[in-house]
Amino acid sequence: MRTKTVKSHPVKHSAGSRIFDVINITLLILLALVAFYPFWDCLVVSVSSLKSYLSTGVHLWPSEWSFEGYSYMIKNIDLWISYANSLFITVVGTLVNMLITIMAAYVLSKKDLKGHRVLMFLAVFTMMFSGGIIPTYIVVKDLHLMNSLWSMILPSAVNTYNLIVLRNFFADLPAELEEAALLDGCTDVGVLFRIMLPISKPAVTTVTLFYAVDHWNDFFSAIMYINSRAKWPLQLFLRSMLFENDAAYSGSGESLFLLGQPMKMAAVMMAIIPIMCAYPFFQKYFSKGITSGAVKG
Amino acid sequence: MKANQKRKVSAEKKKGTLLPYLWKHKYLYLMLVPALVYYIIFCYIPMYGASIAFKDFNPMLGIMKSPWVGFDTFKELFGLKKFYSVFWNTLRISLIRLVFGFPFPIIVALMLNELREGRLKKGIQTAIYVPNFISWVVVGGILTNILSMDSGIVNAVIKALGFAPIGFLTDEKYFVSTMVVSMIWKTFGWNTIIYLAAMTGIDPQLYEAATVDGANRWHKLIHVTMPCIRSTIVIVLITRIGGLMQAGFEQIFVLYHPGVYKTADIIDTYVYRVGLQEGKFEMAAAVGLFKSIVNFILLVIANKAARMAGEEGIY
Repeated sequence: MRTKTVKSHPVKHSAGSRIFDVINITLLILLALVAFYPFWDCLVVSVSSLKSYLSTGVHLWPSEWSFEGYSYMIKNIDLWISYANSLFITVVGTLVNMLITIMAAYVLSKKDLKGHRVLMFLAVFTMMFSGGIIPTYIVVKDLHLMNSLWSMILPSAVNTYNLIVLRNFFADLPAELEEAALLDGCTDVGVLFRIMLPISKPAVTTVTLFYAVDHWNDFFSAIMYINSRAKWPLQLFLRSMLFENDAAYSGSGESLFLLGQPMKMAAVMMAIIPIMCAYPFFQKYFSKGITSGAVKG
Repeated sequence: MKANQKRKVSAEKKKGTLLPYLWKHKYLYLMLVPALVYYIIFCYIPMYGASIAFKDFNPMLGIMKSPWVGFDTFKELFGLKKFYSVFWNTLRISLIRLVFGFPFPIIVALMLNELREGRLKKGIQTAIYVPNFISWVVVGGILTNILSMDSGIVNAVIKALGFAPIGFLTDEKYFVSTMVVSMIWKTFGWNTIIYLAAMTGIDPQLYEAATVDGANRWHKLIHVTMPCIRSTIVIVLITRIGGLMQAGFEQIFVLYHPGVYKTADIIDTYVYRVGLQEGKFEMAAAVGLFKSIVNFILLVIANKAARMAGEEGIY
């Protein structure tokens, strides 16, 4: 692409232009606050005592601090089981995703390979038409994947959108690199993993993040394919915490009821903390990685 | 873009037989196998499996051997009042979302584009991207928190203004609006990225030329930025129209309850209940197939319309 600074407006502008800037910036800051405030509200409730929550409702800042919600959650074995399940699904699932997607994207980036058009069509068509929830469910069932963590990995092993992002990125890389390596006796596999991948960091990182977040947040496959509590991923656990009748949740239903909203919000915070921690590492790659996806190929 | 850098995979492209060609590129084809297997098993077999909508499905016999019943299931389906209700709900939620949710990220991207590069712009972008990365279950938790009748901040403000608190999640009248607004809240920031990316691709010389011609910022926005991101806007619009039958299963599934079925029960939630909870696979598959076909038709029409209007389209 071109140089980064697209528009360098001269600093001196007419009064109208300056008024526009003020309004524009104010609106955008408001928008950012609206986007962010709900998280803050949850955080505040999660560190407030139930008493203060029930009496006045707490906003902006806790009126009476309490970490009971967190201490309850930390002692909850089900939370850690579901954390472990989600971690497995995210790590293994993303590895599977990336391996398959990278290989396919690289091959599909070769536009004069025989069969390229057919294979590309096979992939893109799935974005336009799908068999639906039930037929997919039957396939998963027939493969004996029901109630296995693999049911949350294999049926979403390739995301076609991500495949296209990577493929477009590979297609834009200079061909000379590969040709030189091929002449040196490197196989196609070697070219991909030793030469192409290291120079594709922005796109690969972005796609990795997309896959990982999808797995971490996956709720759909879980309600479709997972039954037993021991296999619950985090999102199912969280849902039962938040939305199921509190007393029905466990034997110690009473204490749950007493902990109430602050405890629920503590659970919410614990589900988003890993994402919030990973986010800054990935953020700088977003626009670079996506630019290649934005350009249709 | 860089169309000139076509890669030469093979020298003997036209002559020679297929086998030596395949052998020469065996690693390339081998690397494609896992993806191919995935697409066949989890995309194409289910497409074939959708044929159970025309069968009397018996799990013991499987999809292949279950007997055909023709359009019986569809006849039954089209006779159900509930079917029209979920179809309409799906379309209604999607359309409201399209009308408000589609232009919004474009406006925000244009606003962001008027900011100088720097910390402020970065900070705003960081804040508005975050909601995209959390699950719908978390969004559900957040919504119950801020929208609670007794202690949520939204109703606290409403009460402070002297109005009665509103049951955003419990009242049938407000539930759909709550779904639409929260969907926009979650996605608008992230959806600006594709437009911002398109804007960074605009040649700075265009702006310079416009300045020389005496254009102010507004003129540049209308006559330079907008035309340059137009094809991106069209592509996004086509995919949106192709997704009109997706009204947001996870979001609604987390938050809905029988009290709001009348307006919020959509095709996917209905398929889930009928198919997986009541075990009527054929019926649920028929609804799903109907949905896929409508989706496909919408996409084709949208793409055709775009092409007729002189745009590129998505295929």
